Amino acid sequence: MRVALFVTCLVDMMRPSIGFATIRLLEAAGCEVVVPETQTCCGQPAFNSGDRASAALLAKKVVAEFEGYDYVVAPSGSCADQIRNEYPGLLSDEPDWHRRAVALSPRVYELTDFLANVARLEILPGDFRGSVTYHDSCAGLRSLGIRRQPRDLLARMPGVELREMPGAEECCGFGGTFSVKFGEISAAIAEKKCANAATTGADAIVGGDLGCLLNIEGKLRRMGDETTRVLHVAEILAGDE
Amino acid sequence: MQIRSMFFKANASAALANPVLQGNMRTSKGKFVDKRRTAITDFEQEGGDFEASRDAAAALRNLVLKDLDLWLEKFETVATARGATVLWAKDGEEICRHVVDIGRRHSVKKAVKSKSMLSEEAGLNQALEASGIAPVETDLGEYILQINNNEPPSHIIAPVLHKGLDEVADLFEKVHKTPRKTEIPELTREAREVLRSHFLDADMGISGGNFLVAETGSVALVTNEGNGRMVTTLPRVHVVVTGIEKVIPTLEDLSLLLRVLIRSATGQTISNYVSLLTGVKQPDEHDGPEHLYFILVDNGRADLVASEFQDMLRCIRCGACMNHCPVYQAIGGHAYGWVYPGPMGSVLTPLYMGLDKAIDLPQAATLCNQCGVVCPVKIPLPELLRKLREKQVEKNLRPLMERLALKGWAWVASKPKLYALGTWFGVRYLNWLAGGKDRIHVLGVAPEWTLGRDFPAPEGKTFRELYAASKR
Repeated sequence: MRVALFVTCLVDMMRPSIGFATIRLLEAAGCEVVVPETQTCCGQPAFNSGDRASAALLAKKVVAEFEGYDYVVAPSGSCADQIRNEYPGLLSDEPDWHRRAVALSPRVYELTDFLANVARLEILPGDFRGSVTYHDSCAGLRSLGIRRQPRDLLARMPGVELREMPGAEECCGFGGTFSVKFGEISAAIAEKKCANAATTGADAIVGGDLGCLLNIEGKLRRMGDETTRVLHVAEILAGDE
Repeated sequence: MQIRSMFFKANASAALANPVLQGNMRTSKGKFVDKRRTAITDFEQEGGDFEASRDAAAALRNLVLKDLDLWLEKFETVATARGATVLWAKDGEEICRHVVDIGRRHSVKKAVKSKSMLSEEAGLNQALEASGIAPVETDLGEYILQINNNEPPSHIIAPVLHKGLDEVADLFEKVHKTPRKTEIPELTREAREVLRSHFLDADMGISGGNFLVAETGSVALVTNEGNGRMVTTLPRVHVVVTGIEKVIPTLEDLSLLLRVLIRSATGQTISNYVSLLTGVKQPDEHDGPEHLYFILVDNGRADLVASEFQDMLRCIRCGACMNHCPVYQAIGGHAYGWVYPGPMGSVLTPLYMGLDKAIDLPQAATLCNQCGVVCPVKIPLPELLRKLREKQVEKNLRPLMERLALKGWAWVASKPKLYALGTWFGVRYLNWLAGGKDRIHVLGVAPEWTLGRDFPAPEGKTFRELYAASKR
């Protein structure tokens, strides 16, 4: 099957290695991976900030670029949710675009959901050794039902010990543009997340959305924690190249 | 109540720096969140289906809202036949006018009150005082706030959530002029003693109403302290002040809504008191008011009917959305600046008081949807907050720089070549800021980010560049 990778704007700029880890996982699952070159951003920052026109502009671009593939996979529950669950409503005023968004919607997946439920990847290429604690990102968890998928995948890795933190399903305080509009509140919420993660003593905090991970890592470092690693689940599952 | 939502950010800052508040928020979060979870687990173990109850409760509230005028007329007809007088108020001022008129008509000198958020919307206590009627709050939390210069509540069902024991002990010592008590049971006993005489010599009782039952013309009250029962049965006159959206068709519907309301609010299976008050005292009855008034209030609600915000009118005021909100948990209720805090308040305040009066509130949410998944009547709160953000943009209420930044970003993101160039420079700029380290301490383009945390440095090149190079 032909799978188009939606890299996400954050991975593109901040941590391209997550994008390459995603490709390795999809290829390990037997997919033919295509990376549409003209892709940029799903438009969620505009959508969540109330700029519907800008969000619709980018939504159409994504639909046009990605509708020709069997599946679209993103290493982010947030972006996958935007394309899968928000585009149809966002484009509801334009019947043709609406129809195309609806047709694309069920083929859009967050990475771990796709690996666990569609591609059914059994053997994971990664060789991470150590303890990890998993942070559930909000959109993935509450809009796409991603809870078991990453944990089941991690459980198949003999070197990984999963330790659940209290409040794993609570928001880390990132919230997209919220993090730069209400920095103090956002950082205070992140502090609670870091404290909860610390109770597990895990070597790494792992999640499926880079926005949350940047928030958590930034807070950890500011709090003086120099050792706890903050990794995207794709990086653990795929291992180093 | 005066709106202070325009000071949201400054007030949130102060809240984050307030150790008593922070301690209370931690304790109360555990109580509310854990108790609700336990109550629902128990309910399901006994064979209940809470999700199905939520669906049914939402459907019921929608059914009422579809024909709200008809249900209100039905309620008015039945309640009037039972000897009550139904009055209508379009805003807070009219609430105050009605209550003062009723007080004068019946020569009222003192009014005891049980909790009513609508009397907060109206600033009723101040209006009563100004017209020579002494209001006495009898909900313990509301009483504490009243004797502290009419301080506003910080939570819709736990109004003194923000206060510490020491503060209440000091306040009682000062106001009651009694030796300082340090234990909660002693303080509660002292308040009961003070309030007892007020119950006995008040001429009027003022209550809110959790639901109005159309088929019986009754008001249903859900309380835990028992003060509600005394307020509504001891004085000669009882005035119910509640919103027009609170009407429901039948007692059967009440049982469904109580099932979800109480578990969502306090995690109890049922509150200590559920009162169902119908009509005035009959000749063969020993207690109850001789005069019963219902003041049914619009104050912005009617405008929401059939609007894109109608879902908000399903709200049954349980407080679960704020109890589960990461932002509310961090800053408490006062920062929101009006009667209703948390997610439901961030939707209601701009709708009732004006979009421009509460510009931060719809933005002050991470849209994590924890509120949406706990709401007993399934109000899509994040979606409503986002719609309010759209209204802000449509009406040019957001800062110019923010609007330009979003438009600019979207425009660049719609032009892949330009975007590739922009991100190429962006990444290099961030790396230059990091100066060889793995993090940035001060981020000039987004200064709020680095107020309380670092910004991790990017790896160095964009995925786009690296992928293209790997294909060459």
